Formats: sequence, structure tokens, C-alpha cells
Amino acid sequence: MPFSLRTLKVDERARITSIIANGEISRRLRDMGLVPGTEVKVIGRAPLKDPVALRLRDFTLTLRNNEADCIMIEKMEDTNE
Amino acid sequence: MSNAATIALAGNPNSGKTTLFNAITGARQRVGNYPGITVERKEGTINVDEMKVNVIDLPGCYSLSAYSEEELVARRVLVDERPDIVVDIVDATRLERHLYLAVQFFELGIPVLLSLNMMDEAKKQGLRIDRARLAELLGCPVVETVARSGTGKKELVETALRHARLRGGKWEPLQISYGPDLDPALAEMVEKIEAANFMTERFPARWVALKYLEADEEVMKAGKAVGDLAEELESIVSRIREHCRKTLNTLPDAIIADYRYGLINSILRQEIVVHEKTQQERIDFSSRLDSVLTNRVLGPAIMVGVLYAMFQITFTVGEIPMGWLESLFGWLGETATAIIPAGLLQSLVVSGIIDGVGGVMGFVPLIAVMFLMISFLEDSGYMARVAYMLDRVLRVFGLHGCSAMPFIVSGGIMGGCAVPGLMATRTLRSPKEKLATLLTAPFMPCGAKLPVFLLLVAAFFSENEAQMMFSITLFAWVMALLVSKLVRSTIIKGEPTPFIMELPPYRMPTLRGVLTHTWERAWQYIKKAGTVILAVSILLWAAMTFPGLPENETTGFAAERAAVMATARGEEQQQELLTGIDNREGQAALRYSVAGRIGTLFEPVSQLAGFDWRTNIALVGGFAAKEVIVATFGTAYSLGEVDPEATDSLSRRIAADPTWSKYTALALIVFVLLYSPCFVTVVTMAKESSWRWALFATGFNTVLGFVWAVAIYQVGSHFLS
Repeated sequence: MPFSLRTLKVDERARITSIIANGEISRRLRDMGLVPGTEVKVIGRAPLKDPVALRLRDFTLTLRNNEADCIMIEKMEDTNE
Repeated sequence: MSNAATIALAGNPNSGKTTLFNAITGARQRVGNYPGITVERKEGTINVDEMKVNVIDLPGCYSLSAYSEEELVARRVLVDERPDIVVDIVDATRLERHLYLAVQFFELGIPVLLSLNMMDEAKKQGLRIDRARLAELLGCPVVETVARSGTGKKELVETALRHARLRGGKWEPLQISYGPDLDPALAEMVEKIEAANFMTERFPARWVALKYLEADEEVMKAGKAVGDLAEELESIVSRIREHCRKTLNTLPDAIIADYRYGLINSILRQEIVVHEKTQQERIDFSSRLDSVLTNRVLGPAIMVGVLYAMFQITFTVGEIPMGWLESLFGWLGETATAIIPAGLLQSLVVSGIIDGVGGVMGFVPLIAVMFLMISFLEDSGYMARVAYMLDRVLRVFGLHGCSAMPFIVSGGIMGGCAVPGLMATRTLRSPKEKLATLLTAPFMPCGAKLPVFLLLVAAFFSENEAQMMFSITLFAWVMALLVSKLVRSTIIKGEPTPFIMELPPYRMPTLRGVLTHTWERAWQYIKKAGTVILAVSILLWAAMTFPGLPENETTGFAAERAAVMATARGEEQQQELLTGIDNREGQAALRYSVAGRIGTLFEPVSQLAGFDWRTNIALVGGFAAKEVIVATFGTAYSLGEVDPEATDSLSRRIAADPTWSKYTALALIVFVLLYSPCFVTVVTMAKESSWRWALFATGFNTVLGFVWAVAIYQVGSHFLS
């Protein structure tokens, strides 16, 4: 069952399976490197729980919860590398 | 490319591009704006072996997909100005992310030099990059640089020029395969585009086809204007989109992005980057800092502290050079008074030009220090965290995380200035939220409004001054947020702009970068003071001077003076009487002038809020600069010149005046807080948005302020007293 990125907790890791958005948001997400197959890790949430900060491709990105809703993920077991 | 060449510097935001640009060009820079938008255009020239090399600093962008104005500008410069080479500056520690832009340059076909920047940091993190192999796979030269120290800049320029010469201005678009679903359609479109020469003088054919598949608004709009082929291409695209949606449940633009990242991964997988340390060891400084600075509890507390400190520093440090400037203009005024014989010319030069321009130039140190602080916070990466923490709150009111800064600078903690505040809206990438911020930030109690509040509070609410001042600030915030909510749900309606933003790693800003930033912004402000502001100063002076008192009245005052002189009294008493007469003449002259007549004309209306003609003149003067309000009160209450810093006598005079009540004072406080921004702010607003919006704010804010003032005065004087 697919989850959206919103459900991910701090320090959890996941792989993006698909992006369900159109137009501006989807273009922006892709330009910032959020494409299917990408691994992301939630590294924090703002004091009011929104927006969320992510780590991917060696950089840090923040987006709002309603934007995270467009990003479907599969959770990854913590591999403890 | 015989004895001149153009190099364009491109790269993601936070790649160190501007630092490198500063290192390469030194002080020889020109800063302007791209026509019609507020994106800054920076250029500089250097001489290399007798050759004049023009260096353009393109705005930072993540992609060439025309999401933001920056991306549009970068694209236009490349396509329309055709620089000889584009130097793509990438952060060596974030190669995967930053190569996405590089790939798009390769697809455009322009000669590219890749500059691996921040090599010092990469080495510290234990990254080894196989430069030769990367150059081979990308098919372009690769150099290593450290922008902060300028290391490698000479090699960069030389390699860039050599490569540009080698390519001889020829564009060689890279053809990436986009898989079995898109490739045939691309080929079909390319064939048609080439046959019709459809925009091929500007763009490579395959690139146009790609942009159509990506549904790029700008290219499609340009295509529509060019020819019939546009429709045919659009129908091919809609066929492909339908096909992709049905069979793959995705869209062509998503497929294109996938393949681009796929290409980057396939290149990087060939042992280009070697990690000499494990992931654990590399958990960097930024993440550790973030766990404190954006902590749920500590984060907001530290933020308030930082903002407050910044604010304090600005006004304590800024005050020193402000004093120097004040003395300078004071001295200029005295000198002019001494040199020019008394009369209209003297009055024009001293009261009109020197006082007017001086009043505005007085802000320069404040603006410079404020920008110094803002540049520091921006370059260090902290500003992005402020936006991150405040976004949730501001979004409720149709604003954006990045709106916080302009509000604070404008006086959100009491006593800022809306001019640098509005300039700080440049950090807002989204036009709608920026506009709402521009319109509401001037409500903040700026430093120039404070003397008015202090005067009136001292006169009528002396028992609880601090609470009153605090309530005024609170009221300003409430109004700013509510009005913003109002405009965002009516005239600038629209979905919130996505908040998808990079949190750049924390870095110590370079002194040079911060100083350059500050100087650029301050200089733009100074230039304005020399032109528009000078003109308006003269206009206001004229309005408050002409027409002069009719002859019979001036002779009347002259006669009074003569009478005082004739009666033998002590010199001190005589002087006092003479000053009294001068002040009454000043008051009469002011009432007789255009400004005075306007004040009188509006009196029937302004009486609704309890304002008489004297208040009206002061408010008209306040449009020039809010400092003028107190000074004009001084003249209008025939007190002669009143120093805004020392308002005791004026305060007593007003408190004793029977036409004033607590509610008049309260109405005036609220009106001054809300009504039209001073005209320097209006000019700034026009520059940051458009004259239409600036004029709208002038009218709307005045009406809003007046409605409040009337309500307070009427309710207060009819029901509460």
C-alpha cells in the first residue's frame, strides 16, 4: 500500500515511487530532484510540524505537507550504514 | 571572437557563483536590472592578453524549465545574447543535484565549461573526484575552483577562452535518448521543425521539440506567434501526453526528467566520485547546527533573539554615520544660508533641496547597515531557516515564510524603515506573496512615525506610555496580516506558491560578498535620492511656500516688528516678542500657501476624524517623509522650528489645545500608522512591483487609515466621553 511523504516520521527513510501532481508543482519537484527512485530521509519538521525538511542527493530541501501529499513513497528499513 | 569574448557564469543558487564572479571581476562590475523584472543583471569586464572579456553573472537557477523569473532570464541571455561560453559552477559536494542544470546546457548545445567549486570542502569531506574521467564523459573541460579564496579562477578563465575558441561559436546540442515512448515523437517533431525553420534561428530544433513536450509556456507562446506549425506540434504533444497517461500513467515531462537524472547517475556510477569517509563521518556541520537552530523549542527562541539583535545593531550602529550625515547636511544648509542672500532662492536651496535630499540621504547609513545584516543572514543560510520556521504561520494570511524579513525590517519590532523592508522582498520568489508583502509591510511603525506617536502619547496617554507603544506595534501587525489576508482572497487571489526550497548548508559569508551586496543596494537607493526625490522635495517646498502672503499682511507683520523695536525694552524680551511675530507670520504664510489651502479644503472631511487644517498640512507633508509631520506641526502651531527629538513644548501645546481630545490623538495615531506610505516608499514599491500597485497602496492605505480614524474619533467622542 502506497504512503505519501507526509506520513514519514523524522529520521525515517523512503524511496519515491511516484509523483501525483501536475503543472507547476510537479515541475518544481522534479527540478529539485524529487523523481521516482530517489531516496529521501526526513531530517526535521518546522516548529509547527509543517513544512518538512528532507535530505536527498546530498542536499537539504524543505516543502509543505500539502506538497508532500503529492509524493508517494515506500518506506525503507533502516540499513544503519 | 578576435579581441572580445563573453563568458556567462551559471549555476544553482548556493553554488558559490556570485562569490566566484566577484573574485574574477573584482570591483569592475555593473549592476542593473533585466528589463521589466526585478532580477538583477550583473556584468563585469576583465582583460586577458589584450582581449576584453565580458563576464555575465546569470541568476542562480536549478533548471532551465522557466519555473521562475531567474530561469527565464538565464535562458533568454543564453539564447538571445549567445555568449561564447557558459561556465557552469557546480558544488563539488553535491554533484548529482547540480549536474541537472549542466545536462540542460548540453542539450541546448552551447559550449560549456564545468567548474567544480568548493573543492576545499569536498576534500574535507573526503570526496575525490576524477576530473579527467568526468570531462571525458561529459565532453566538456572541467576545472576545480575554490571561490572563497579565488583559487583556480585564472585557470577557469583561460580554459573557458581556449574552449570557446576551439568551438568557434558553434552550438552542438547533446541528443539524449528519452526512451521508446518519446524518441519517435521527438524525431517526428524535429523533422517538421527543421523543414519549416520553426524558431531555429533562436533554438536548436530538438530543444524546441523537448520544450513542447515539457509544455513550456514561454516557448509555446513564442511558437504560436511564429507560425502554423505550432498547432501541429501541439497536437502531436497532446497525442503523446494522452499515450503516456494511458500506458505509463505519467506525463512526458516526468519521463524527460527521469531520463536526465538517469544519465547523470550513469555517469556518476563510473567511479567519478570516491568517498574516502563513510556516511556517518560525513554527517556534516550543517545538520548538527540545524538540530539546534531549527529545534522545535530552541529554534523560535533563537530566531527572535537573532532578529532582535540584528534590529538593535542596525539602529545603534546606523545612528553613528547618520549623525555625521545630519551634521554634513546641517553644515551645507548653514553655508548656503550664509552664501546665498535671503529670499526665495535661499529658501529653495536650503529648505527645498538641502533639507529634502538631506532627509532622504539620512536613511542611507541605516539602509546600508540593514542590508549588511540581511546579506549576512542570507549568505550564511540562516534566512532560509527563518522562512522555514515561520511559513506555517504566515501562510494562514496568504503570505510566505520569506515575508517575515520585510515586515521586521519595515519596523515590525518598532522603528525600522519600509524602504529597505520593501527591498528585502526580493528574497520572495513568488510574485503573489511578494505583492501582498509589499502592500502591507508599510503599515509597520517605522522609525519616522515614532516621533509622532511619542508626541501624542506623551500628550494624552502619559500614564501608560509603554503599553500604548506596544499596542500600536501589535495593531500594526494585526492590520498587516488581516489586510494581506483580504487582498490575497480578493484582488491577488490564487493558490499559495509552492514552498519547495533548498535549505543551503551553513557557511561563513565572505566579507567581500556581503560588502558588495550592501554597496549595490545602497547605491541604487542613493541614485534614486538624486533624481526623483530631489524633484518631489522641490515640489513640496513650492507647495508650502507659494503663494506668499499678500503684501498688506507682510507689511502688517513688519509694522508689528517695528513697533516692538521702537518700544524700548530689554533685549531678551524684545527678541522673544520678535520670535513670536516670526512664528505667527510663519503660521499665516503656511495657511496661505497651496499646502495650507489643501489642508483647509480638506478640513470639512477631515473633521470627521477630528483633524483640523493644521493636522492636514502636517499629514500632507508626511507624505514626503513621516519625519516632516512633527516639524510641520511645529510651524502650524506657530512654534517655529521644532526638533522632532525634543517635542516637550509642542506636546504641552497640543495637550492644552481645546480642539484636541484623547480620541483625536488616538485617531491620528492610527491614521499615521496606516495612511499612504511616504513617497520614497511608494517609489520603492513601484520599482519592486509596478506604479499601478504603488498608487493603489497610496489610495487604499489612506482610505483604510481614514475609516479607522473616523470610527475611533466618532465612537470615542460620542459614546465614550
